[in-house]
Amino acid sequence: MYKKSLALLLVSLMILTLALSGCSKPATETGSEGGGEEEATAADEIIKVGWMGSLTGDQAVWGQCELNTVKMLFEEINAEGGVLDGKKLEVIGYDTKGDPQEAVNVAKRLTGQDKVVAIIGPNASGNAIPIAPVLEEAKVPDIATVATNPKVTVLDGKVKPFNFRVCFIDPYQGAVAAGYGYDVLGFRKAAILYDIADDYSQGLTEFFEEFFISKGGTIVAKEAFKFGDVDFRPQLSKIKEANPDVLFLPVFFKEAALIANQARELGITVPLMGGDGLPSEQLFTMAKDAVQGTYIVNHVDYDDPDVQDLKTRYRNKYGKEMELNGYLAHDAVVLLIDAIERAGVADSVKITEALETADVQGVTGRIKIGKDTHNPEGKEAAIVKIEGDRYVFQQKYSAQLD
Amino acid sequence: MDLNYILGVLTLAGINLMAVLGLSLLTGFTGMFSFGHAGFMAIGGYTSAMMTVKFGLPFIPALLIGGLAASLVSSVIGRLTLKLKGDYFCIATLGFGEAIRLILDNVQYFGGARGWPGIPHYTQLPNVIILNIIAIIILANIVRSKHGRNMIAVREEELASQTVGINVFKYKLISLMISAAYAGIAGGLMAHYMTFLQPKMFSLVKSTELTIIVIFGGLGSISGSVLGALVLTSLPEILRTFAQWRLVIYGLSVVIIMITRPSGLMGGYEFTPSSMKKLYTRMKNKNKGLPSQMEGGKTV
Repeated sequence: MYKKSLALLLVSLMILTLALSGCSKPATETGSEGGGEEEATAADEIIKVGWMGSLTGDQAVWGQCELNTVKMLFEEINAEGGVLDGKKLEVIGYDTKGDPQEAVNVAKRLTGQDKVVAIIGPNASGNAIPIAPVLEEAKVPDIATVATNPKVTVLDGKVKPFNFRVCFIDPYQGAVAAGYGYDVLGFRKAAILYDIADDYSQGLTEFFEEFFISKGGTIVAKEAFKFGDVDFRPQLSKIKEANPDVLFLPVFFKEAALIANQARELGITVPLMGGDGLPSEQLFTMAKDAVQGTYIVNHVDYDDPDVQDLKTRYRNKYGKEMELNGYLAHDAVVLLIDAIERAGVADSVKITEALETADVQGVTGRIKIGKDTHNPEGKEAAIVKIEGDRYVFQQKYSAQLD
Repeated sequence: MDLNYILGVLTLAGINLMAVLGLSLLTGFTGMFSFGHAGFMAIGGYTSAMMTVKFGLPFIPALLIGGLAASLVSSVIGRLTLKLKGDYFCIATLGFGEAIRLILDNVQYFGGARGWPGIPHYTQLPNVIILNIIAIIILANIVRSKHGRNMIAVREEELASQTVGINVFKYKLISLMISAAYAGIAGGLMAHYMTFLQPKMFSLVKSTELTIIVIFGGLGSISGSVLGALVLTSLPEILRTFAQWRLVIYGLSVVIIMITRPSGLMGGYEFTPSSMKKLYTRMKNKNKGLPSQMEGGKTV
């Protein structure tokens, strides 16, 4: 009997951890399927578009924002008469909890069962890479939002026929950060504190280091932590001793906030710099004072009138601030609608062909899809600086990749 | 329901089943809890992917090498940790699983934390089913052999089995090694199904998922493991329409099932032709009001 009760106890415990790891962020009021208001329309008039991303887990904040944005935009488009002379758009969104295995299941479900014409998302590169064979089999295009790993669209020098994205890639982001830091801000000695267990962090670190050194700078300290750590004082002490000009943080906002607080506590006064994992409204609530003066390589210039308009619409509808992913989800929608209109028919292969020659203006910049890379070519990054509780736009900056 | 999607979920269930079968031998038949089996899956996955991608080996030999590698690593770990009893072994495996993941995060040869894309897509439903059937037959024979009975003796009463001359340490080690080999093969299947490997895929959550399936299916029952793997892999997919509430409902339903059936779905019983026959005769006897003559097919 003892063994049985022990087993039961263990099971309940494990299920609890499963549930907790899946739902560490409070869920919001979003439902799973959008476009509910358009049910009256005839079925053949509806164009189904899939969305996938994290609705639960560590990146739920971003995933939920993406899905909300897509829903809002589809509602607006439908209210204005839809696409292709009156066809309505419907989004079918599924949770991947940031797990590659789930992403494959979702891709199979969206392409096979729901018969979507295209998929928007996921935001994580680790989820966007394994769905490629599924897309190829089903011949359905996917537009990744914030998947910055180069291998999402190009593998071994060959472009993946059905994978597209609207964001710039990690080497580019690393080059921009290194270039801006070295040339414009005059930093010569950089320290890096990165997450060894995270794919995004590892990639960005590698490329920042490469470009910063090739510019002539030196990396005086390169310290790592692992996902889940909350105390960074040992690494920061070493970084302080190395006396850098800048501390580069290729991490997400949660860690960045903790690191910033602890760095200031230890007396590190140099400016911080980070990539597109940093911008979040959460950063200010967690470490407003510590992150002042931080430079961020961002996808979007928040002061742009188009961006402001989108931001206001989102706030009015959902009552909270739009996260970075929302802007890229918006551009994915813009790109997709353009492709559908130019294809002239809601057919996934025709849409893929149209996507290959797409050239649209989104809120994050001009998106001109390169035929050999399926990336937005020459897209400029926006450098923003944190002042007060705002991201103040500094300048557009583009870097040369050799 | 779309066929391709269902086949995908079944393939995944088959891959999970392979790992669960191994864990079933360790947890269900030898009575040791492991929270590090995702680590063995990772070793098997990365090794077999290395064999097919870097050395151009065919699929099946690559899988076997993956299983062998996991088994070898487990023998080293086993020698160090199997002297530990009960909960302590559990903690040691937990540490091992996490350590493997963190090592892989750092090995740039395999792509580090960014993952390893471009692994050939070899895993299909037919070969998963065939491998699973072979795995079940082997496991059933192990369990019924002298060695299997010794493992069950260790599970039931370690001290007593030592007293009657069973080498407890040896049988625990054998059980762990076979179990790790199964997990390694499962990892190889996973690598060639996803065509992508990332250390994140083999987190503690994966290990606990496997243990849940074993307990859910019923400790000490192979058919329970099969049933458990099928049910628990497809359940989150069935619940997909609940969006972010999906995992809450998943957890709740598992808790409810465990409360109503504390010994798991099969509770130590097996689906075999003979046990079915015994069950049938017992039912008939019951109907006639006779006392049941035989015990209903418990495998011991």
